[in-house]
Amino acid sequence: MATIDRSADERIREVGILRKLLSRPELGAVSGAILVFIFFAIVAANRGFLSFRGVSSWLEVSAQLGILAIGASLLMIGGEFDLSIGSMIAAAGMAMAIPVAVYGWPFWLAILLAFAFALFVGYINGMIVNRTRLPSFIVTLAFLFILRGLTIGFTRLITGRTQVSGLKPAAEGDWLAVIFRGDIFGLPVSIYWWLGLAVLTTWILTRTQFGNWVFGVGGDANAARNTGVPVERVRIILFMGTAVAATIFAALQVIDLGSADVNRGQLKEFEAIIAAVIGGCLLTGGYGSVVGAVFGALIFGMVQQGIFFTGVNTDWFKVFLGLMLLIAVLFNNFIRKRATEAK
Amino acid sequence: MTTPLVELQDIVKTFGSVIALNDVSMSVNPGEVMCLLGDNGAGKSTLIKTISGVHKQTSGKILIEGKPVVFNSPRDAQRAGIATVHQHLSIQPLMSVTRNFFLGREPVKGWGPFKFFDKNFGDKTVVAEMAKMGIDIRDPSQAVGTMSGGERQCVAISRAVYFGAKILILDEPTAALGVKQAGVVLRYIVQAKTRGLGVIFITHNVHHAYPVGDKFTILKRGQSYGTFAKNEVSREQVLGMMAGTEELDALQSELEEFARSDEAQAKGQASQYEATAAAEQALAKELHQESEKVRKEQN
Ligand SMILES: Nc1ncnc2c1ncn2[C@@H]1O[C@H](COP(=O)(O)OP(=O)(O)OP(=O)(O)O)[C@@H](O)[C@H]1O
Ligand SMILES: [Mg+2]
Repeated sequence: MATIDRSADERIREVGILRKLLSRPELGAVSGAILVFIFFAIVAANRGFLSFRGVSSWLEVSAQLGILAIGASLLMIGGEFDLSIGSMIAAAGMAMAIPVAVYGWPFWLAILLAFAFALFVGYINGMIVNRTRLPSFIVTLAFLFILRGLTIGFTRLITGRTQVSGLKPAAEGDWLAVIFRGDIFGLPVSIYWWLGLAVLTTWILTRTQFGNWVFGVGGDANAARNTGVPVERVRIILFMGTAVAATIFAALQVIDLGSADVNRGQLKEFEAIIAAVIGGCLLTGGYGSVVGAVFGALIFGMVQQGIFFTGVNTDWFKVFLGLMLLIAVLFNNFIRKRATEAK
Repeated sequence: MTTPLVELQDIVKTFGSVIALNDVSMSVNPGEVMCLLGDNGAGKSTLIKTISGVHKQTSGKILIEGKPVVFNSPRDAQRAGIATVHQHLSIQPLMSVTRNFFLGREPVKGWGPFKFFDKNFGDKTVVAEMAKMGIDIRDPSQAVGTMSGGERQCVAISRAVYFGAKILILDEPTAALGVKQAGVVLRYIVQAKTRGLGVIFITHNVHHAYPVGDKFTILKRGQSYGTFAKNEVSREQVLGMMAGTEELDALQSELEEFARSDEAQAKGQASQYEATAAAEQALAKELHQESEKVRKEQN
């Protein structure tokens, strides 16, 4: 076979760096985050947006949502949704709080119980989706209600109330609870969780075999199966991932506030999906990035706190959110066409 | 006698009320190319899907090197050394060429939980393997969705050839290919055979099947019509079996019929033209005479 002189191939056109950048999934979220930052830096700088406490506050909001968005984005790239994240937050919170407050368990054991429960819920979600091939949207919507209902029901049954508080003393000095509480260099520990998870999952998604499988399962599950990807296992692991992300969120919140409430986490499933979509994940799966979701969450946090700092009525936050989502989806659609069609 | 690499015994496969395969038996020996022939919907793809672990047969046995096997997934079949190019290719349009090529069988580097996808090795391998097919991969991180249909097919084929350890199954691999690439695929088949692999080759093109095939199995409406060694049949007979001789005859007379009516139509048209031409000439003559008359009168 003739060797091909690459330099002489008239069909190779120099692809500019700009063009390459344009076809990255996270482009929209990164540039959006920069714009939002500049906007609030101008509008709300003298109201504390750029002060250390200000930055710390919007980073914390971003971090908490970001942790959920990382799980949600991986699952979306794998072609599925998880609407039970929000209810999982409340369920995991109670799974920690009740054993500690009512049965006097050490905190670490309660945390492990909550994570075990999360893995179980993720497994059940994944298995039902695998077995029935129903849209995960519907399956996890059912679990949104089931989990919330179970949480309220059991909490009332055991404690007679919907809130369990006074957990701070138990968390104090617990060897496992310590990684979910306090500040490091003045910044809340949730920010480190967020960044740590982002680095870890980005590495998994882009550099490992499992990451390749996630893209394959989301792109075309049948084709992935035919080429030897254990599609069912990948899905179950991804559903476990979203449930675990929700539990990390719950642990951070329960330990920080010293209380759990059956109503925690409402609408978080949608916020996580919005952050993932702003971050460039396609609703149809097979495309997206964790870095994008991280920036999607950052936009979220900056806007939410930024509006608060500017003193504008926070009701407007939702309007902004909806518009962002719409723009992001349009933009992603455009990017995907670019990536797969004419080039 | 050598044990066959793959042997199917009385395979039945039903989809609900559809009987896609009914008691099909066949075998492929090492170093042998078996062409699987048959009409559209005969069950060829269904048959090879049971061998490659996509479908589980309703009943019947699959033996690999004499041992009965049960494949619960395509992954199991791959572990047994079976590589397949499916008719619909199993290609991920949004993923890069390299990621597609190695999907499910990623080359990894590193240790324990820190194993990672060796992208460098992957890119190099892909460029080299595709160059062997005469396809120049400009950028291995290019999304496959941006490639032409034939190029995509070449990715799927070179992937199977690269990973096929014992058995190579090709379901209409030459369908969308140019003459040169189809030639490469046929050469691959022969190379695989000389390396001692068993090849199952599905095609509707007798010019592709006959030169490389050692034997020909004909499927018809889900049933095996028989297996014929190459020395038992001529190219024309194979062609006849592919379409059914009666059908071929019918086709031929139909085509002749077309030709005849074409001719008649052409003749009819010609006479029509002649008539018009004659009329025009007559008219021209008349006009000429008239103008002559006018000129005479003026003089
Ligand atoms: N998943 C399925 N569910 C129901 N019926 C199916 C399924 N797969 C195949 N069939 C039926 O089985 C029969 C054989 O199909 P198959 O794809 O094996 O044909 P084929 O010989 O490969 O045809 P072609 O030459 O067109 O590729 C067809 O009638 C088809 O409708
Ligand atoms: Mg077929």
